[in-house]
Amino acid sequence: MSASYALLGILGRQPSYGYELKRDYDFFYGRDKPLLFGQVYATLSRLLRDKKISTQATEQSGGPERKLYAITEMGRTGLESWLATPEKLHPNTQTVLFIKVVTAILLDKAPDEYLDAQRAAHLERMRELTALRRKGDLAQLLQADYALFHLEADLRWIDLTVARLQTLTKEIRMRGVAYEG
Amino acid sequence: MKDNGYILEARELTKSFGLTPALRGASLEIRQGEILAIMGPSGSGKSTLLHCLAGIFKPDSGEVWYDGQRLDQLDETKRTELRRTAFGFVFQFGQLVPELSAADNVALPLLLNRVGRKEAYEKAVSWLKRLGLDGLEARRTGELSGGEAQRVALARALVTHPRVLFADEPTGSLDSLSGEKVMDLLVDGAREEGTTVVLVTHDPRVAAYADREVMVRDGKTSTQPKTEVAQ
Repeated sequence: MSASYALLGILGRQPSYGYELKRDYDFFYGRDKPLLFGQVYATLSRLLRDKKISTQATEQSGGPERKLYAITEMGRTGLESWLATPEKLHPNTQTVLFIKVVTAILLDKAPDEYLDAQRAAHLERMRELTALRRKGDLAQLLQADYALFHLEADLRWIDLTVARLQTLTKEIRMRGVAYEG
Repeated sequence: MKDNGYILEARELTKSFGLTPALRGASLEIRQGEILAIMGPSGSGKSTLLHCLAGIFKPDSGEVWYDGQRLDQLDETKRTELRRTAFGFVFQFGQLVPELSAADNVALPLLLNRVGRKEAYEKAVSWLKRLGLDGLEARRTGELSGGEAQRVALARALVTHPRVLFADEPTGSLDSLSGEKVMDLLVDGAREEGTTVVLVTHDPRVAAYADREVMVRDGKTSTQPKTEVAQ
């Protein structure tokens, strides 16, 4: 979804060939996660179908014909409205973390051990991202920041849940008793 | 004398303030040159642990080893001497003399260690420059921004070339960007000098600068063994 808008954004500056689109996408957006050629052409054919881009064939001396892609009026309108629209907030509160904690309590396992292990894994990833942002350029730094803040939010939830484990365990046990009647 | 590769070691430390236990069996080891984060909720005992490691508090029981000697058994004079010559400190705030200039504040520990005035000020100015504070040498620290003041504090902690730097919530009173700058400089400074760092923080973004972390909960430490992450 975002990849198609990213490609539209690149085409918003000037018409480009497929290989240029991949190169520019990888440079501006996806240095850690480059776009495969297959994805580039699949996205381009979707954009063509939706009339957001158009092509013109250009001759190439001695080689196969190459297609030059350009953004259409419809593509530009779509791109601008996408830019102006806030993203939907993450609606999912039933995270895997929550399900694991409740499951551990239901099975009389130690949820704090799981939470501690999760915490260590989160911090390990935060260390990698911190190292990355210290040697990367500003674009990589911004992406790493984004990931770091999300991991931090998870960690705050983990710490608060550890602090609430006793109450939570009691409540889940009581609920279980009431449920079984 | 014992040598097991650790520069600092705490073994089963306990410490109470009146009837309130702050540490109830805290242990950790730190290697020379390592940056260790001590994490935990407020009131967990992490700052008390740092104060025991730095010889500021004497634990009620347990052992603190620094560079092959029992730190907790040294008398107050020897511990003060050690803190002045081998340790550096950065706290959350309130550590600089606001009426003195940035250069005065950084030169101060050198002057206390009987370094000549000229040399002390040259070193102070060079450290201020290293931390991006050139031009602010003559400014009174009370007039600096929080981030600048914290960098002066860092220069003051590192100017004596301490073997261990103790930092207690060094970015606690700063906004994200200033905090990040302080942490970048702290880590770079420590790595270049080979300084061991004990970093107390509740902030995971700060802890992520360390090589590893130790959790303190209810006065006890726990180190998490590495577990495979599900794919």
